[in-house]
Amino acid sequence: MITAFIAIILVSILIIPFAQAKWKGVITVGAVCLIAILSCVVAIQTLGGKNFEYSFAGSLITGKIPVRIDALSGWFILIISFSFVTGAFYGLQYMKPYRSQTANLSIHSISYILLFAALISICSLQNSIAFLIAWEIMAIGCFLVIIFEHYKKNTISAGINFLIQSHVCIMFLTLGFIWVALKMNSYDFNAIRDFSLSNPMLSGVALFLCFFIGFAIKAGFVPFHTWLPYAHPAAPAHISAVLSSVIIKIGIYGILRMLLLIKTDYTLIGYVILFFSLVSGIYGVMLAILQHNLKKLLAYHSIENIGIIGIGIGLGCIGMGKGNNVLIVLGFAGALLHTLNHSLFKSILFYAAGNVYQSAHTMNIEQLGGIGKRMPHTSLLFLISALAICGLPPFNGFVSEFIIYNGMFAGLKDTAFSFLLSIASSLFSLALIGGLALLCFTKAFGAVFLGTPRSFFKQAHEEANLGKLIPMYAGTALILLIGMFPKFFVKTAIQPVHLFVQPLNTNTIVFSITHPITMIGYSAIGFTILASLIFIIRKRLTLSKPQRSEVTWGCGYVAPTNKMQYTASSFIRAYRKLIEPVLSIHKKKIPITAVFPITGCQETHAYDKLEEWLIDNPLRQLKHFFNRFTFLQNGNPQFYILYGLIFISLVLGVPVIYEYLKSLIKFLNQV
Amino acid sequence: MISFILIIVASLFFTGIIIRTKSITSGRKGPGIFQPLKDVARLFKKGAVYSKTSSFIFQVAPSIYFASILMAILVIPLGQFKGIISFDGDFVFFAYVLGIGKFFSIISALDTGSSFGGMGASREALFSMLVEPAFFILMGSFILLTGHTSFEQIFASLHFGSYISYILGVLATFVLAMMTMVENSRMPIDDPKTHLELTMVHEVMILDNSGFDLGLILYASNLKFAMYGALIANFFMGSFPLYLTIPIFIAIQILFAISVGLLESFTARFRMNHNAQYILALSSVSLLIFFGVLLILGRIV
Repeated sequence: MITAFIAIILVSILIIPFAQAKWKGVITVGAVCLIAILSCVVAIQTLGGKNFEYSFAGSLITGKIPVRIDALSGWFILIISFSFVTGAFYGLQYMKPYRSQTANLSIHSISYILLFAALISICSLQNSIAFLIAWEIMAIGCFLVIIFEHYKKNTISAGINFLIQSHVCIMFLTLGFIWVALKMNSYDFNAIRDFSLSNPMLSGVALFLCFFIGFAIKAGFVPFHTWLPYAHPAAPAHISAVLSSVIIKIGIYGILRMLLLIKTDYTLIGYVILFFSLVSGIYGVMLAILQHNLKKLLAYHSIENIGIIGIGIGLGCIGMGKGNNVLIVLGFAGALLHTLNHSLFKSILFYAAGNVYQSAHTMNIEQLGGIGKRMPHTSLLFLISALAICGLPPFNGFVSEFIIYNGMFAGLKDTAFSFLLSIASSLFSLALIGGLALLCFTKAFGAVFLGTPRSFFKQAHEEANLGKLIPMYAGTALILLIGMFPKFFVKTAIQPVHLFVQPLNTNTIVFSITHPITMIGYSAIGFTILASLIFIIRKRLTLSKPQRSEVTWGCGYVAPTNKMQYTASSFIRAYRKLIEPVLSIHKKKIPITAVFPITGCQETHAYDKLEEWLIDNPLRQLKHFFNRFTFLQNGNPQFYILYGLIFISLVLGVPVIYEYLKSLIKFLNQV
Repeated sequence: MISFILIIVASLFFTGIIIRTKSITSGRKGPGIFQPLKDVARLFKKGAVYSKTSSFIFQVAPSIYFASILMAILVIPLGQFKGIISFDGDFVFFAYVLGIGKFFSIISALDTGSSFGGMGASREALFSMLVEPAFFILMGSFILLTGHTSFEQIFASLHFGSYISYILGVLATFVLAMMTMVENSRMPIDDPKTHLELTMVHEVMILDNSGFDLGLILYASNLKFAMYGALIANFFMGSFPLYLTIPIFIAIQILFAISVGLLESFTARFRMNHNAQYILALSSVSLLIFFGVLLILGRIV
């Protein structure tokens, strides 16, 4: 099986450069599908309780390279495979306009396959060095697919930003692995467990924090999120979808894997994760609302969803510390299910954004509008995913948020004051996040798809072709399935959770959640039926009544223009005013003066305050510091020869002087 | 089942009582209690005018809005008598199903491409976002107090033990009453009788709705009032038998309607930009309840 896996990758990579531009995409789709089928067969078995184990001989340096796929890996492999398959099908259509760039397409296709393979390897390899190599392949593959349009300045700078931050992430991971390898003399992941068992509690916590920072950079937890809002808008639509639905989730996988391996003070770690998650959740959506670029808005929204997943993990982790099994099951199950859910609706949202981009050639919300009438399928799909991402029933987002809410309620039975306080703040945050998400997506959907166009477009918008819509409908079908028949999916999501619970007897807990979950499913179906029933009745009753079409009411003004409709910025103005003290919002305003005003404008750009503090300011100071040494690099060859001379004389001279000093001191001592 | 029927019954006269109270306090005779109902019935019979800009969303939104409120009502119990839908954590469903109705009413306002619709929609979205945490912390504190997580179990086991729970009930009533005003866009937040589009919240969102759709939206508002009234009533019913709960329920609904009427007669509307702070303050009252519960249970270190 593993040989087949490697063979497919190698063969497809070798063929792609020599194929015609038309066939490159098809080969990629074929290869991705084959890999997905292979890995899903294994993954589904693991979710049934049958783990997969294999060991490569490895080399002298790495030692044995074990491949272990348990339920946790299986769950993530399934998510990865689904996203990559739909992404490949969508990308096949999305890349059509770029067919003339043959070389570029080859690199893109190869990187896409490698990225997929690397992600699956990350989920299954349990040897530090092999893991890091796979991680590096992922980082570079990801960089290459992001910078597909590398001739654009924004794209390349976003790509480099991503590459640098990925390597900071790798640095932290390497640090953690080296620490373990030094102490335990083994690169096997099991050594991490032995390390945490044989060393004091605090070093376990420190090791976890080291890994947590590394994985948090990938997952996009605030304040490690700054690469995310640049990389997503720069990449092609299917890559943004993959980035958001899978790449950031691999960070979540890493955190969960480390939680399994490191045995330490879970309560403390749980509080840390919970804190970062709450901040990410609220901060992400707060910034998302203010964005003008649709893809950037979605990117910030990914940070929010990572926050929600993190809340689940944090709760589960605190449950592990307190030995509260209900909390463990609900927290982790909610987090795992939300991982799946987010990957579904976020990829559809990005595909829809891609459709809009290819028809309107802009992502600026303020210029779009009224697309819904020209692109009904895209707008319907966007609407469903938007409702799902807001966590509204009858869609899937509600199911996972409901489980996390239930986890919090289970936590309320605890007696510790500090824990109760943190539950109260989580409740507050999750409810607020829900409300903010609603504001965010009514803005996005309303401004892009409803009303009338806010600027002039040369050609009319065209609905995307069937090839793009089918992967989107596939995802939507899953969204509805999870929303309406959640029982099966929740049961599957609980499989990996068994790894976290010490005594395997979780049946009573699972049973206690089954009833509400089934009820949610029924209620969701009931709601859909009720709504359609009311709509049908309305249709019947109004059929015979007279109906007219008129211009929108404008206080008696009968010649409304497109410019008169409410814009996205004004829609969120009240909100912006409210949070202005917290975020940094750059404004540019030329007020209208005099009787015959010449120009007037107002611009607002939201900027990330944390990015300003953590990235921009230190960078500026670093640059400032190094600027003092620019006199050294004056472009004068004579000076460079002088530097060489100084260097050589230092290299030669220092040991001599050192020896001399040593003998001098010796002599003085003797005296 | 019983609660559903009672709430529907209460919704028939609720707004009528508010209007009647307002007219009496301002020295007028006022219309009959069932006048709002007659208005709705009249709208149901009418034809409709649709904006040329609007799309399919505008057509389905009122139905979904109405359905979401009906669905939320199905969750509400009557004292110890279960609602039609009842499970652990059902109030999460309650809040979120109302959310989907709100989502559709907001995007239908944006669908008309009007220069006013977005204004109201923006305010509605902001206010409802701010009110959400208050509700969740409120319910969280009652979960903490009773140890149960569904509406029916919380209300049924609320008043065992101490009478302090009634004090908490009063505080909860305040939060819920204010939530009602926010969600229905009534007096301290929004003046439904204002004549200027620029100062409206809810009314300006439905400017372009007419005929059957408008009827649905107006009746939904009645239902919403009765729904929150029922929630408030539940805080004081405990596990009384049916012949006691029904009169208590009706009495509280009427009392609530009258107090809404009085509130609307004697208070001025807040300045629009102060609303947000006011609504956020509700969350702090909820937090107060949370700490109150912690005090009762003796879990503060």
